Amino acid sequence: MTPLLELKGLHVGIPARRKTFEIVSDVSFSIMPGEAFGLVGESGSGKSLTALSLIRLLKSPLKVTAGEILFKGDDLRGLSDRAMRKLRGERIAMIFQEPMTALNPLKTVGRQIAEMFVLHQGKSWAEALKMAVDALADVKVPAPEERVRAYPFQMSGGMRQRVMIAIALACDPDLLIADEPTTALDVTVQDEVLKLIAELCSARGTAVLLISHDLGVIANMCQRVGVMYSGRLVEERDTYDVFADPQHPYTKGLLGALPRLGSRHGAAGRQRLVDIDSLITDKSSLLEKFYFEPRHAVRDPRLRAGGPP
Amino acid sequence: MRGFNFNLWFGGFLTLVVVIGALFAPLLTSLDPVYDANLMNAELPPDGEFWFGTDEQGRDIFTRVLYGARISLTVGVVSQIINSVIGLALGISAAYWGGWWDDLVNGLTNVMLAIPSLIFALAIMAILGPGLLSLLIALGLTNWSWTCRIARSSTLSLKGQGYVQAAQTLGYGDIRIMATQLLPNMVGPILVISTLGIGAAVLAEAALSFLGLGIRPPFPSWGSMLTNARELIAIAPWATIFPGLAIFVTVLGFNLLGDGLRDYLDPHMRTREQ
Repeated sequence: MTPLLELKGLHVGIPARRKTFEIVSDVSFSIMPGEAFGLVGESGSGKSLTALSLIRLLKSPLKVTAGEILFKGDDLRGLSDRAMRKLRGERIAMIFQEPMTALNPLKTVGRQIAEMFVLHQGKSWAEALKMAVDALADVKVPAPEERVRAYPFQMSGGMRQRVMIAIALACDPDLLIADEPTTALDVTVQDEVLKLIAELCSARGTAVLLISHDLGVIANMCQRVGVMYSGRLVEERDTYDVFADPQHPYTKGLLGALPRLGSRHGAAGRQRLVDIDSLITDKSSLLEKFYFEPRHAVRDPRLRAGGPP
Repeated sequence: MRGFNFNLWFGGFLTLVVVIGALFAPLLTSLDPVYDANLMNAELPPDGEFWFGTDEQGRDIFTRVLYGARISLTVGVVSQIINSVIGLALGISAAYWGGWWDDLVNGLTNVMLAIPSLIFALAIMAILGPGLLSLLIALGLTNWSWTCRIARSSTLSLKGQGYVQAAQTLGYGDIRIMATQLLPNMVGPILVISTLGIGAAVLAEAALSFLGLGIRPPFPSWGSMLTNARELIAIAPWATIFPGLAIFVTVLGFNLLGDGLRDYLDPHMRTREQ
């Protein structure tokens, strides 16, 4: 089976006169139709840039400098702007972290959902508004007939994120990119929203690229996971294997930092949370060296010599 | 609880008076502004029959002021619509696309701001010749720079909003994003600047007509009425006072309305209410 999406050696950077300042280096992975793929990593590791480069929405001066982005076998980099726009929203949709700001405050949520049908499927507004009610019902918004007439400020964060999901899935896309979809939500709401995404996508056969820094979220949702660090994909395997037997020291550090329910050390029943030392390193100074070395607890001399395993 | 917005209500009231006067001029007076001249009645002071007195040809000044409101409002509103369309199109597209287009529009805006708009309008009128249409064109082409500035800065701040980015990822085209995401969200400030612009245009029309480049006599425009009455100022002061008062009330009304709208649409006051 051909993968739905295949990244081959993606590089994203800021082209300068002398040399390109690279931000995402040599990222390759693939997503099968209907599969949920997770991308984890801390802030600044290049997860979101990787996702944005897929749909050609990198903000200048950022550019895809090398690599192939194959969607159903076609290279998206060769596509015209017009064709790309058609693809966005119709075949590849995206939802964001901030449900508070991702909806236009001046339009009813019904209109915003309906606009997708008008834009991509050429429906009339009357027809599209009727379809919007069904779309709201699909994302389990109570009383959808009334809620289509509500404005975003009249809804809670969880409800708005449901509306965003309804908009994103309106045209039955093949791939849904979810960029930290639950970070801004309460934990209880997070769980509902994630379940909703998983349920809707598996029912429609939509593949998901889930970006998160929450390993728990990824473990629940995804069959496979890629770990990004400092613009590189340091590990990419089945979710189960990554959790059972992490290979890269950064993945180990990340998993080690997870607080576990019920595990208590020390007499007072208290325990320091484990973290990874210091902040993410300045990549430009480390291009020649092994780029996780300054932060990692193992300090294995073999790693220093040979780069990442 | 929001306090009483004096500017909004008083400005709105004055504007409404002028609009009603213009719309219902034929109902409010039985005389004709041009043809009901009667030299027997020339230069009569205000009385029960001629409320605002009569001019040197014996025409009723009240009637002429009412019909003059039609011209002033037409010029004010239409030229401001032209200004808004130009300013919005340039400002939004410049900020949204950026690059050389932004530089070009910015440069053009600065040039327009550097030229006194009345002088520029005079130059255009000199080329096009007097008349209502050339007045609309002249005033419509010379006053868009403030609208453009505001549209540009609003777009720059709105561009970073989540819903604009979301619209991009959902496959909206550039024009659609500008029309459905950016434009509606800047209606407040644009409305304010437009209202102020109408006041400025009414004043500019009066100035151009006063200089003889706007509406030609005998048709009543407040500016040209002032020109005619200038020589009579010692013997018939009412012939200058009432058109002048009409200009004053109209411009004051629109300016207060603009200020009031600014307070009313201020997002801080709004969120407090919600």
